[in-house]
Formats: sequence, structure tokens, C-alpha cells
Amino acid sequence: MKSLALLTAGLATFATASLAQTEIQFWHAMGGRLGEVVEEVAEKYNASQSDYVLVPTYKGGYEDTMTAGIAAFRAKQQPNLIQIFDAGAATIINAPGATIPVADLLTQYEGGFNGADFIEGVRYFYADSDGKMIGMPFNSSTPLLYYNKDILAEVGIDAPPSTWEEFESMAPKIKEAGYQALAQSHSPWIFSENFHSRHNLQLATGNNGYDSTDVEILYNNDAMKMHWSKVKEWLDAGYYGFYGRGWGDNQDAFVQKKTAMWLGSSGSFGGLKASTDFEFGTTYLPYWSSVIEEPKSTFIGGAALFAMAGKSDEENEATADFLKFLSSSEIQYFWHKETGYVPITNAAYDMAKADGYYGTTPDAEIGILQLSQPGGEWTKGYRLGFYVQIRDVMYNAFDDIFSGEASVDEAFAAIEKGANELLVRFDATVK
Amino acid sequence: MKRVQFEHSAIPYMFIAPQIIIIVVFFLWPAAQAVYQSFLLEDAFGLSSQFVWFRNYSDTIFNDAWLQAAGFTIVFSTLVTALSLGLALLLAVKANEVIRGASTYKTLLMWAYAIAPPVAGLMGNLMFNPLIGDLYIFMNSIGFDFDHKLDPYDAGFVVVLISVWKQVSVNFIFFLSGLQGIPKGVQEAALMDCKSSTRRFWTITFPLLAPTTFFLMVINITYAFFETFGIIDTTTQGAPGGATTTLVYKVFQDGFRGADIGGSSAQSVVLMIMVLVLTVIQFRFIEKKVHY
Repeated sequence: MKSLALLTAGLATFATASLAQTEIQFWHAMGGRLGEVVEEVAEKYNASQSDYVLVPTYKGGYEDTMTAGIAAFRAKQQPNLIQIFDAGAATIINAPGATIPVADLLTQYEGGFNGADFIEGVRYFYADSDGKMIGMPFNSSTPLLYYNKDILAEVGIDAPPSTWEEFESMAPKIKEAGYQALAQSHSPWIFSENFHSRHNLQLATGNNGYDSTDVEILYNNDAMKMHWSKVKEWLDAGYYGFYGRGWGDNQDAFVQKKTAMWLGSSGSFGGLKASTDFEFGTTYLPYWSSVIEEPKSTFIGGAALFAMAGKSDEENEATADFLKFLSSSEIQYFWHKETGYVPITNAAYDMAKADGYYGTTPDAEIGILQLSQPGGEWTKGYRLGFYVQIRDVMYNAFDDIFSGEASVDEAFAAIEKGANELLVRFDATVK
Repeated sequence: MKRVQFEHSAIPYMFIAPQIIIIVVFFLWPAAQAVYQSFLLEDAFGLSSQFVWFRNYSDTIFNDAWLQAAGFTIVFSTLVTALSLGLALLLAVKANEVIRGASTYKTLLMWAYAIAPPVAGLMGNLMFNPLIGDLYIFMNSIGFDFDHKLDPYDAGFVVVLISVWKQVSVNFIFFLSGLQGIPKGVQEAALMDCKSSTRRFWTITFPLLAPTTFFLMVINITYAFFETFGIIDTTTQGAPGGATTTLVYKVFQDGFRGADIGGSSAQSVVLMIMVLVLTVIQFRFIEKKVHY
């Protein structure tokens, strides 16, 4: 399969080289419907001008794409643009000289870059500690609660829960009707990282890791442990469904009406519209009113585009041109409508509003509204090295909580120990 | 004293050259690279590199996650090897006795040989899917509280089952040809001396199969160590709680997904030494009991 992809990439090189257009190699991780939309964006771009050709290549999941990019960089065969996900941000940003900051790239070739053009919720996650954008947010999503309107109506619940306290009072009714109340597709992202943002809690020292790599994790805190004790209670009571770590397995439980509610990504919206045969709605990520009275915004997940270093001026100019095209309002609105990912610029958001899109599909606006809620000190994101492995440590600990292999205290002590060992190790690589 | 030596040409070296080149390029060179990398601490992109002696080893070997993986690897390899050899032997002995429809029967048993481990894993994953998996539903319907997404033992059961199923057919082919290689005369002589077929099996057939069994044991342990990677990646991915993570899978997780090349190289070097020791043990101690 890989060789086939190489072959096609090779053929594409031959086919277009003769036209003397500059190629922009773009490696992405968007499969299924999302991959089709990426292809459509590429077609639009290639049709819009004749100097450059964008060649998108699907490289597998987020981790696969990052690994492919790293291997290619080491072999000096890196693409011009690569999509790197939230957990990999520290890896690429802390490798000086691996990328050209998009702010610099656009300033140099497109005559300027204004961070304020981007909506507040996406502005900082892929920026350095001074706020300079290193990566261009691409598929920006945020965790949302999806609910099955039919089931809630059947049980006699008017509105989905806005707090976990409300959820606790609804869950028994849903269970009595023969459904699980909740499933969720990404516990590190939704129940840990965004849990901290929503409740304005610090998750790592050193300004959540933005200021330094010599940091420690702060997950082992009372609010987190309280939350996970509750989740374990819900699981044991049959309110919470756990279908493994796979994203799709938990989403399927919602699609197949096993669970009344599901926590997923705002980017799941388009896919769910196509696969469900019932009415569903979206609402904000619930919070504990016992922890915070007014919840804060969540931060973006998904991934960003990074311009890789070591390319000719000509190619960098082409890359900058595509990034400018990509952040244009028309394309952002198209991307937002087709996928459910939030538009990244204020102008694109205004365009969607002016077009009346949210009048007809109000559920599509929830993600961006949640990102635009008031921010706090700890809502701009995190930047932690070896975070892919830290997430594995967390997954393992959460599994142990669920299976009863470890108490909540033991599990969080294990997370603290495992994550800090990894952070010390990562810090040593950054010299 | 002057040793007598014959003049010889370079031709023999040319004949073995392709094999030597293959070994050097595909085995020795990568192994040397792994040893070299295991002493380096680098950022993922290889932009900065430091020589750190044994730090990668002390960071990644003998910590909790590694010990858990090592423990599982030992249990898993033992189970997979023992079960797939035992089942294959039983099936081969029985198939060898079948007279009517023998070839159909044998073909059906060899069927799974053609299936690659990741494909076997995908099929297994589908059969154990909590929402639509037949085996998952079956296990729960016969009274087990089966949940391989949560229970480490259930998850272990799933990966062992799929790994054994995949390997039985390979072993079956070898055992069957081994059985057919046993001279008829020996079998008939045994038949005259002893009425019990079980006893005949253990005293005559099994010792004569020993070379095959030994060979298969080496192959199966290697299979359980390395090739089951594809099955684990497509089913449990090492979950729950790292309970089905083998050492090889951990090398992949840390090096490939986690971009920690030094740490995962150190783990592969340790793995290399383990397999080396295991092979030496097998050939020095067990092979002595095998009569060809």
C-alpha cells in the first residue's frame, strides 16, 4: 500500500513537472469523508491559479502522518506542508529548524500576517509563548456533547445537561428506559485536557508547558480525581458505556442508539449527519458546577499545518500562497460546512452567520460558540513533549480505573509518575 | 611447520556473495544502527543529538510499563507456542488417520495459513466487537461476563485465541508431513508389539516427530514474539491498561508512534539479546534431546 502511494506520488511528480508548475506536497491525516473534502479543497486551489499545484497525500492516522513526516525529514524528503495533531505539537515546535513558523512565512511572501484575524479560541494553541503562530490551525475541533433527541423525548427530558450534576439526575431515567446515558470517544482529550480548560485548571507547570520543557504534570489534582471517581460510579451503575479506546467504537454506540448521549468532536458533525437515522442535537461540554460557577472556553483539538524547513524559496512561496488561500473566508466556510470543523478566522465566521447557515443548522455553531466563551488563565492549550506516550500512560491508567485494577488515587499517581518521567526525558532531548 | 594450502579461486566467494550482502544489508546493518541509536538521545527530527551512554536503557528498561510488557510477552509466548503446537499435533494425528475425504479435510485445515496476521486480527476484532461481534455476544450468552475492552484476562484470551488460530495451520502442515515421513515398517512393528494406540504414539510416533517439533517450537516462539504484532495492533492495541502489550509492540509504540528513537532502540537491543539467549538455550539444551 505504501509503495503504491509512493508510486502514485512519483507518477504525479512526472506528470506535473513537465508543466513547470511548482508543486506543494501536502501530507495529511484526513480519511473517509474528511479526505474527500481535502481533495475538493485541493481541486479548488489548483483551479484557482496556474502557478502552483497542490498534491495532497493521505498518510494514515495522526500518529502515522507525524511519523511519516519525521522519517521523511530525516531522509531529507520532507513534504512542504504537513498536518500535525495537538498531541504532536510540542514535538515539532520544540525541534528548532524543522519548520518555518507560518507567521514568518506569510509575512515574507504574502506581505503580512495578522494573528487577530483568527478567532480567539484557535489563536494560541499552535503558537509560541509570545503568541506567534508556528502552525496554521487546520481542522480545528472542540469536544461537544451530542444527544439523541428521540431518546431524551421518550424519557421526558426537555434539554440536555449543561452540568455534570444535571447529568447525574437524568442518567437513572435514561437507564430505566433501557439505554446507557453516555459514551465518550477520547478520554485524554475530553476528560483530561479540556476538563482542565473548561474548569480553568492548570494542567502542567511552566504555563502549561508553553514557557519551558522542564515541566511537571499537574493531572493528579482533586477535581480530576473527583471526576474520574464519578465516571467509574457511572460505569458501574450502567449509566456510562465504555467501548474501548477506539474513537469509532464509542461513536457507533451512539449511532446504534445504545447510548443517549455521546461526547465527541465538533468535527464529527458531518459524519454523524450522514450515518444517523434519528434527530440529534449538540450542546456545550458539561462542567461541574461544584468546581467552577461559570465555565470557561475549551481549546481546539484536531490538527494544524506546519510548513517544513529545508525547501527552496520558490516552494516556500507556493506554500505561503496555499496557506493564504486556505485561510480565505470562502474556503474556511466551505470546510466548516462540509466537515463541522470550526472556521478559523473571524471573517469566515461572519460569512457563515451572514449566509444564515446557523439559522438553518444551529447545532453547527455550538463548537465555535464554545471556543468563543470567555477564556481564563488556563484555556489557551498546553505544550507537552512525548505527549503521545503520556496519553498512552493516561489511557492505561483510565482502563485500570474502569476494570478495578487500580483505585482512582493509584491511577493518578501512576499518571503523574509516568508522565513526569517522559517529560524529564523529553526535556533532555531539547538541548 | 608449513601448512599445505591449495590455491583457490574467488569463484566460491562470488557464489555466497549475494547471501552475505543480503545478511549485511538487511540484518547486520540495521542491528548495528539500533545499537548505535540506543546510545543517542535525539529530538524526533534528528536536529540535535547527544551521546548519553546507557541513559536510554536506564530510562526505558525495567520501568513499570516495560516489566508489564515483559511479563505479558513471556506468558503470551508460552501459551501461544504450547497451544498452537498441541492443537496442530492433535489435528495432524487425527487427519493422518482419515481415509475418506482426506485431502478436503487437510486442505480445510491448512486454509488459514494464507491469512496474514493483521487480517486475522481484523477478523477477530470484528468477531469480538461489543456491538455486533458474534463471538462477543456468544461469550456473554453462555454466562461469561466477557468484556475484553475492560478485563485484562479477556483481552489476553482474545489475542491468544487469534494468534493460535492463525498459527495452527502452519504447524499442522509440518506435523502432517512429519507424520507421513514415519516409515510404515516401524509403525507396523509397533502395532504388533503394543495394542494401545496412545502408548504407541508417545513411545514411537512422538519421538520420531521430535525434529519437526523442535523446529516448530523455535518458529512458534519467534512468531509469538514478533509476528503477533499485527494481531495486537489490529485488536487490542496493547489495552486494557497495557495488559496485552508485548515487548515488540512497546518498541513500536515508543519509537514509531511516540518518536522516541533512542528509547525504542534500547528496547530493541534488549529484545535482540533476549532472543539470542533464548535461541542459544534452545539449541544447546533442548536440541540434545532431539534425535534426527
